[in-house]
Amino acid sequence: MRKEDKLSWWQALSGFRPSLLIDRLGLDRLSLVLIIIALLVAMPIFTLFVIALSGDFSSLSHLVKNVIPHASKTTFLLLFGIAFLTAIIGSLSAWLVSFFEFPFRKTLSIALMLPLAVPTYINAYAFVEFFGFTGPIQSLVRNIFGFTSSRDYWFFEIRSLGGAIIVLSLVLYPYVYLSMRAIFYLQGRKVIEAASLLGAGHGRIFTNILLPLARPALALGVILVLMEAINDIGAMEYLGVKTLTFSIYSVWLNQGDFAGAAQIALILLVIILALVIFERLARNKQVFSEKEASIKINGFQRVKLNGFAKWVALFASLTPVILGFGIPFFILGFFALRSLKTGFDASLINALFTSISLATIAAIITVMVALFLSYAIRIKNTKTIRTLVRLATLGYALPGTIIALGIFLPLARFDNFVDFYMRDWFGFSTGLLLTGSSITLIFAYVVRFMVIAEGTISAGFEKIPNTLDQASLCYGKSRFDTFFKILLPLMRPAIATAALLVFIDVLKELSATLMLRPFGLETLSIYIHDLASRGRIEQAGLASLIIMLAGLIPIIILMKTLQKS
Amino acid sequence: MTNIKQILTAGISALIISVSIPSAFASDTVNIYSYRQPELIAPLLEAFTNETGIEVKALYLGKGVLERIKAEGKNSPADVILTLDISRLVGLKEGGVTQSVVNTKIDANIPSQYRDSEGNWFGLTTRARVVFASRERVEQNIITYEELAEEKWKGRICTRSGQNAYNIALIASMIANIGEEETKTWLRKVKANLARSPAGNDRAQVKAVYSGECDIAIGNTYYAGKMRTNEENPEQKEWEASVKILFPNSEGRGTHVNLSGMAMAKYAPNPKNALALMEFLSSAKAQEIYAEQVYEYPIKAGTKISPIVESFGKIKPDNLALEEIAKNAAIASRMVDEVGFDN
Repeated sequence: MRKEDKLSWWQALSGFRPSLLIDRLGLDRLSLVLIIIALLVAMPIFTLFVIALSGDFSSLSHLVKNVIPHASKTTFLLLFGIAFLTAIIGSLSAWLVSFFEFPFRKTLSIALMLPLAVPTYINAYAFVEFFGFTGPIQSLVRNIFGFTSSRDYWFFEIRSLGGAIIVLSLVLYPYVYLSMRAIFYLQGRKVIEAASLLGAGHGRIFTNILLPLARPALALGVILVLMEAINDIGAMEYLGVKTLTFSIYSVWLNQGDFAGAAQIALILLVIILALVIFERLARNKQVFSEKEASIKINGFQRVKLNGFAKWVALFASLTPVILGFGIPFFILGFFALRSLKTGFDASLINALFTSISLATIAAIITVMVALFLSYAIRIKNTKTIRTLVRLATLGYALPGTIIALGIFLPLARFDNFVDFYMRDWFGFSTGLLLTGSSITLIFAYVVRFMVIAEGTISAGFEKIPNTLDQASLCYGKSRFDTFFKILLPLMRPAIATAALLVFIDVLKELSATLMLRPFGLETLSIYIHDLASRGRIEQAGLASLIIMLAGLIPIIILMKTLQKS
Repeated sequence: MTNIKQILTAGISALIISVSIPSAFASDTVNIYSYRQPELIAPLLEAFTNETGIEVKALYLGKGVLERIKAEGKNSPADVILTLDISRLVGLKEGGVTQSVVNTKIDANIPSQYRDSEGNWFGLTTRARVVFASRERVEQNIITYEELAEEKWKGRICTRSGQNAYNIALIASMIANIGEEETKTWLRKVKANLARSPAGNDRAQVKAVYSGECDIAIGNTYYAGKMRTNEENPEQKEWEASVKILFPNSEGRGTHVNLSGMAMAKYAPNPKNALALMEFLSSAKAQEIYAEQVYEYPIKAGTKISPIVESFGKIKPDNLALEEIAKNAAIASRMVDEVGFDN
């Protein structure tokens, strides 16, 4: 009994009690906890189902006729373009910094993550400014050729589908880059040495060996990118690209049909589900040895590039950083300098503190839950549970406002239910217990970004052969000890990556925050939005820079962790 | 290990508590849910607090105010709701989240066509949707909305998304004025006249006129005031200087106006304070600050108009009942889809 007492509440909650796990009863309890957590994460999707079914489907026939043909074409082209571009940028840059030695390689391997800290709507704004009529590029063109009006010459229009693909790809490719780097680090070194011994060239090794081996990682990265791209509304609205997400809002807000909006949201989910299933099927056909893959070779030597090749590598890995981070940094820095003259706003400090607190809490909780989910699936791998978790984490593909409402509506109902009975039985009001505080907001972050953490951590677990667990159990270690003493240390890079991604995503998150926040809660992204929606985004320059810099800190911590392990 | 966990647990709890202090129920406060950025109304709210000692808490929520209040039900902390568009105002009433306010002072301040007959919502300012025309390339000084469909504007018009609330309201007013079929033909022709696919906000359209991409842009008047006085981004002064404001249909039924407004929440926990705030917002003093700050048209008769607003020119607002606009908004939104206006 004494041993039981020492266990903290969350161990008990998450079912990691060794005594329970050993016997069969414990395992059943584990499944139960697993299912409850998965259902909680899936709550907004269930809510949407209920709402969608409550409607009369009249919007749907209108949409099928007038909106969906065009919007799905746009959405498809957008997703395809972004998948293509991020896959190329992400894997090429990861390949270069993983296997070759060239000037500034180490710095670039960190810098390539920087665009992650740039919210898509900020990058959209920066690109329109930079490449727009009054931006430096077009102004230069006009000065050189003596043009005065935009009708005198042709220039690439950022406010277009092509522009949107570029703008989004440049800040989303780090998802691909990160997962590709991790897999190259773990898998690539042995095969690359073997292949080059056999006389294969670098290009052939990359396309014929490394890429096929890294396909699960590539797929994970690209799917995260696509989910983030499909849920985007801020950048799309600004760039005038009408995706299915855009019609969710017009049906909801202008046609007053929330059920119709939920129906389109579910169509989005089906698209993403199809993508995920397609990827799984493709992956199942692939055979590769888990055991072999996980063995790390010490003393791996990167190929030293000389002459022209060295500069090509430098240029290729510098370009995404300049475009995805340099341009927004330049534009916002320019505005920030200007607005410094008009005075520094004290509420910015407050917003910074709130943002960092929320992001920290959400990152810790999300990673803990994701660890639990992935580990539980590892030791109790049933199809039902796996499917449930997959479904639960798909919510990331939905726009933040919709996810937010999917959480808010049931929780508010719960609050009112509790309040009603507390008044009835004890004569006092508990008010809006959850929805009146930031607990709902944190819950929403955990739900929204679960897929990022769960994907990253599951991928990490896949790298660790199951034989390791079995060996540990054979030596009489408990599941508890095996998890904390053996698996957790090995998982450090994956955990750090997951935490970083969630942290940065929470910093950038806008739509759910806007919708769910309680009185007095201001975050950096809301601060920016406030100014931007009044058309004074220039003033928001400083806040945007702070978001970008705040994102740097965890990136540096992550790099330190990755280098140590 | 245990220590780390305990510290972590304590730390997390402290963080959670520090960011979740619900304090919306203090007695001498009034809580606002707003579709409109609180900073725009900050000077007004400050003046209100100075005058009455009532503290104002404003929460800018953007989309979903209606759904949130509905879900919060009887426990909703919202006292007053502020919105920017007639359809949203009517939507609040139809969604059953407002209550009837009958107050002689407010009724005296706000003309009856700008408030709900049952007192469920009240207008605060009107916002005119006009044509910004290039000073260089457009000679005429009179225009109608109907005229935007004419051949001569081919490739010369810029506007933001047809699904934007301001454009929806404009199209809905056309439906009410000239009928659904006529409006659809009109909208299709306007679409054919666009210089580019709708994108960006109203300011971006004026910028496009400045850059030569188009010759006329559709936008709300107050943006002209905002651009003209923009010290942080002085380029916008040049954009604004390149256009003139034409009030459409000023020789006919008048220019389409939308409404920014307020409503009292059905379960307002501080109804007395809410009423005080609503009275104040409709008063001459607040209306003057409002007009001065945001360059919109005050609603109370006899309020001094700011010199900048005066410089836009004389406005003759369309007297169409605003409920008609709200009634046709959903049809307008579907019409935008049907003619592929945004494609």
